[in-house]
Amino acid sequence: MNTILEVSGVSVSFDGFKAINNLTFTIGSAEMRAIIGPNGAGKTTFMDIVTGKTKPDEGHVVFGEKAISLLRLNEAQIAQAGVGRKFQRPTVFEDQSVFDNLLLALRKKRGPLAVLFYLQSREDRAKVEQLAMEIGLKDQLERKSGELSHGQKQWLEIGMLLAQDPKVLLVDEPAAGMTPEEREHTTGLLVEAAKTRAVVVVEHDMEFVRRLNCKVTVLHEGSVLAEGSLDHVTKNQEVIDVYLGR
Amino acid sequence: MPRSFIFRNPSILVFIGCLAVFTVVVTVLSEGFGIGFLSTSFIKTLGKTLALCLVAISMDLVWGYCGILSLGHFAFFGLGGYMIGMWLMYERTRDIVVTSMASAEIPPTQQEVKDAIGNQIFGVVGSSDFPAIWTLAGSLPAQLALVVLVPGLLALVFGWLAFRSRVTGVYLSILTQAMTLALSLYLFQNDSGLRGNNGLSGLQNLPGANNVPQAIISVWFLWGSALALGLGYVLFTWVVSGKFGSVIRGIRDDEARVRFLGYPVEAYKLFIFVLSAVVAGIAGALYYPQAGIINPAEMAPIASIYLAVWVAIGGRGRFYGAVIGAAFVSLVSTWFTSGQVPSIHLGFYTVDWVDWWQVVLGLSFVLVTLYAPRGIGGLFDLISGRIAPNRHGADLGPGAGSLQEKEAIE
Repeated sequence: MNTILEVSGVSVSFDGFKAINNLTFTIGSAEMRAIIGPNGAGKTTFMDIVTGKTKPDEGHVVFGEKAISLLRLNEAQIAQAGVGRKFQRPTVFEDQSVFDNLLLALRKKRGPLAVLFYLQSREDRAKVEQLAMEIGLKDQLERKSGELSHGQKQWLEIGMLLAQDPKVLLVDEPAAGMTPEEREHTTGLLVEAAKTRAVVVVEHDMEFVRRLNCKVTVLHEGSVLAEGSLDHVTKNQEVIDVYLGR
Repeated sequence: MPRSFIFRNPSILVFIGCLAVFTVVVTVLSEGFGIGFLSTSFIKTLGKTLALCLVAISMDLVWGYCGILSLGHFAFFGLGGYMIGMWLMYERTRDIVVTSMASAEIPPTQQEVKDAIGNQIFGVVGSSDFPAIWTLAGSLPAQLALVVLVPGLLALVFGWLAFRSRVTGVYLSILTQAMTLALSLYLFQNDSGLRGNNGLSGLQNLPGANNVPQAIISVWFLWGSALALGLGYVLFTWVVSGKFGSVIRGIRDDEARVRFLGYPVEAYKLFIFVLSAVVAGIAGALYYPQAGIINPAEMAPIASIYLAVWVAIGGRGRFYGAVIGAAFVSLVSTWFTSGQVPSIHLGFYTVDWVDWWQVVLGLSFVLVTLYAPRGIGGLFDLISGRIAPNRHGADLGPGAGSLQEKEAIE
């Protein structure tokens, strides 16, 4: 399996505090990966680095078949290159309809002029409706997304990510605040997405991680503590000491 | 689902209809073309109000739709006025100079005419040479182009520097205030080339139309202002109605999220800021010939703050709101400050509205912000039933699923 994202030797410190310390991480082009770790382990900072929000002090972040360095790109360029991110709290455009939210995310030219003269094609509408069906919001297309429930907003955001058609999907705590049924739907969406692209899920909930049934990376104090199947890492004494044992 | 642009934006038809009826009625009532019920000075007030409505919708575009609270839009408005004012003043003075020199025995040379114009215009600041910025003042097409180019270029440079550094929110507002203040202070200097604090005057006289009375010219400008307002309204509605509008409203609500969707946020902001500045410049170029005079005080920071107040009172995020706010507040303001409102005698103190109007305006701004954030335009929501659904109770938080308080109980 070829590697789609390679993070190597990355360190970043905030006011002397090393949030990420010589972190190395790779993921294949169609792989699901869960990242777990205690609070402050650097999970969110890791995502910030990959998406360009934070610039690391040292190290490399290489992406895609052409092995482009993401460190030279800004957030928008990284997103265009094919890295999508879902935030912990659902961030959808509440004042706009579900349809508009999805249309906004749909993979299209992003420049101001191209967007100004953009006309909705039948094809684009069909794509949006298809996505809405997948995330279970087919009947809600005309509603303002602010009216949706918490779980529906989370799905809408996952739908927006899928609409972007990214090669790497970074998902921060997708199951937070969801009922068991909602969780199941979310798991299905993520597993389906991981068939064609890399999906990195940051999650606290071990039960949810178990259901994803994938390789797990444990972060601690900004670097990788253990990596392998969930059963493998949960037997690791160090992991039990710093994370599970608490 | 793909319906026509006008069908999706019915406010366009209503607005253009109201504007057309207003223009026709005012024309019929005017001295120049109708029964003379309205005085020429009142026609000018109405024409100026239309120009202010135009700058108000351009303010609403940047603030109400894109979330950039610019408190410097009168810099663009004033620059537009100065650009057209230079041509008006130059040509008018040339007419006078040529007429007065025509009686001379030796016909004056080009240079003599030019020197005489310079003497007339710049005598008041103790100079007679044309500064470099007046090079094109004799050409109407060139100055009309500058009406658009100068505010546009200022907005481009300022916006590029500010947005690129990711200056947002109140810091950006303060920067825009600083910009308009700096510009007005610069223009106050006599050697700025635009006659310092005297500004440009006599702008109400159209060169080449000496025989046309002001009663007619005032209606011409009213028509021009109404046309520009109508076109601006349609243009802006088109800009914000499609996917572009979706992006800029997204920027207003969550800039970082739009960035992570892959949109170059800075380019969008710059586009909107420049477009808005250009329209503000055009509004200024329509306003000042009706006002007759422009000086640097017009660009003082307070003017741009008033603009924000108009838009807030009218209801931001909807162009008709901005128009209603600008028209209503500026007309009421004119009424109060003209001394026509009788003072209130309280025995120990006399409430003189010329002074107290500012307090009333300030209070109404505070009240609107607190109790009616949608402004006057929000009243239309009551008619169209565009009311947010009541979800009964607060969010239960991430721990308890997605239902809200009452929904969870039911």
